[in-house]
Amino acid sequence: MTDNDAVLSVRDLSVYYGEFRAIKNISLSFQANRVTALIGPSGCGKSTLLRCLNRMNDLVPQARVEGEVVYSQQDIYDPQIDPAQVRLHIGMVFQKPNPFPKSIFDNVAFGLKINGLTNNIDEAVEKSLRSAALWDEVKDRLNENAMTLSGGQQQRLCIARTLAVEPEIILMDEPASALDPIGTLAIESLMRDLTEKYTIVVVTHNMQQAARVSDETAFLMMDEDRAGYLVESGKTDNIFQNPKDERTEAYITGRFG
Amino acid sequence: MRNTNLVNDPVTFHLGKRKGSLQEKIVGFIFFLCASVSIVTTIAIIGTLLIQSIPFFQEVGIWEFISGDRWSPILKPRAYGVLPLVFGTSLVAFLSLLVAVPVGLLLAIFLSEYSPKRLRSILKPMLEILAGIPTVVYGYFALTYVTPQLQKIFPDLMVFNALSAGLVMGLMITPMVSSLSEDAMTAVPQSLRNAAYALGATKREVATKVVVPAATSGIVASFLLSFSRAIGETMLVTIAAGATPKMTLNPLESIQTMTAYIVQLALGETPHGSLEYNTIFAVGLLLFIFTLVINLVGHFLVQHWKEAI
Repeated sequence: MTDNDAVLSVRDLSVYYGEFRAIKNISLSFQANRVTALIGPSGCGKSTLLRCLNRMNDLVPQARVEGEVVYSQQDIYDPQIDPAQVRLHIGMVFQKPNPFPKSIFDNVAFGLKINGLTNNIDEAVEKSLRSAALWDEVKDRLNENAMTLSGGQQQRLCIARTLAVEPEIILMDEPASALDPIGTLAIESLMRDLTEKYTIVVVTHNMQQAARVSDETAFLMMDEDRAGYLVESGKTDNIFQNPKDERTEAYITGRFG
Repeated sequence: MRNTNLVNDPVTFHLGKRKGSLQEKIVGFIFFLCASVSIVTTIAIIGTLLIQSIPFFQEVGIWEFISGDRWSPILKPRAYGVLPLVFGTSLVAFLSLLVAVPVGLLLAIFLSEYSPKRLRSILKPMLEILAGIPTVVYGYFALTYVTPQLQKIFPDLMVFNALSAGLVMGLMITPMVSSLSEDAMTAVPQSLRNAAYALGATKREVATKVVVPAATSGIVASFLLSFSRAIGETMLVTIAAGATPKMTLNPLESIQTMTAYIVQLALGETPHGSLEYNTIFAVGLLLFIFTLVINLVGHFLVQHWKEAI
């Protein structure tokens, strides 16, 4: 991967939870309007890396980050940076759908309201729901509680909620792992559509999913101290068809992990 | 053949009664007895209140009791209007909520969302100690410390007054509000907080726009339970609020609550079975209805909010 089109770059990143080092010296760039998949065996630090990209790791007690995460020429770990502002530009969708126990409308409007983006709120909500391919299913029940939706719909609602504040980058932590195959398919095709406007970084356990949805892939493993490191990254086709590293080949062909 | 072997195995396929099923029944019955104690007690209390207050209502009449604005069952000219006691009780209870609701709620938000773990592990036990102080101590604290201090601000403040009793009672029920509210807030899943943070919310916005709304049912329940406790509280108001049944909303005056009246009469030399004596049960019945209604409203609200979530 070159730094040319990089919208987000990680430089020599290490993460500690207390004494434990979860990630060591990872450098990686994320290209604009691409889906980058982070793959690797359980515990290799994929989710930790993802959470570092918008400072969600700040919320984990005792987490400490070394190195840089550069977004629009600024290190987001610079003490002068407001993490809330970072997250406004770099949104996140979680493993389990987590809609607020509020109406469908209020879920999507939440980010707009707290960030003072209250002009044309109805329009913004409709636009976000359309972008998340949910509008037709919920347009007649916007005032119903979001908990009444199915799991797949809830996850698309969470995506719509993220889109509403118009981030540049969307981080997704195994967004389809709690969903049935139909819900998974909907999320995957949505991710493809979203690359038109957004840059996506997705953590996934599912090799087929990574191959289906991503343009770029980064493969992580952990060393004997259980610290995660980057094995290789590059175009998804290359990683899956001509991996340079034999560990990558072993993993994607299912010999371990 | 494996299956045949299994069927023939007497240990695996013995489906008869296990040994000790009589013990199971006895233990179950003991549990049932314990559970029924609470129901039987409640029924017995309601029964006593109803039966004992019948003679009173035969002489005084329900309407006179609940609408009369003068309460003087012992001193002549006698009057049996319970409103002064209701005013006294409500005045003190509302004053206490004025303290306990904001302080308790903010404390709960602090404990659940802001406080570092170490501070929390100190504060929580301290609040529990505060909740465990005998009410008689609070009573004398109000009478001998808070009232003189308040008199510096309000020179008109009587020695026995609703204000001091109400404020100290607020202090007393604050741990109840904060502890129940905090439980409700802690039960809000972390995933909801994360969702809000990921949308650019600040800590304050997460607390006020996500955690508190999601915990509303528990928070409202904590208010109502505390209100109910304030209405039923006896010792503090008997000591600090006075024994002057008065239909007033002025907190600087001496008043009398329903509970304080019951104590006063029970300690006096009123002969059993007399009309004066039976007022206890009429007032007690009203008190019981008050707390019952509050608890029912609370239950209804909690259900309502649960459905909304």
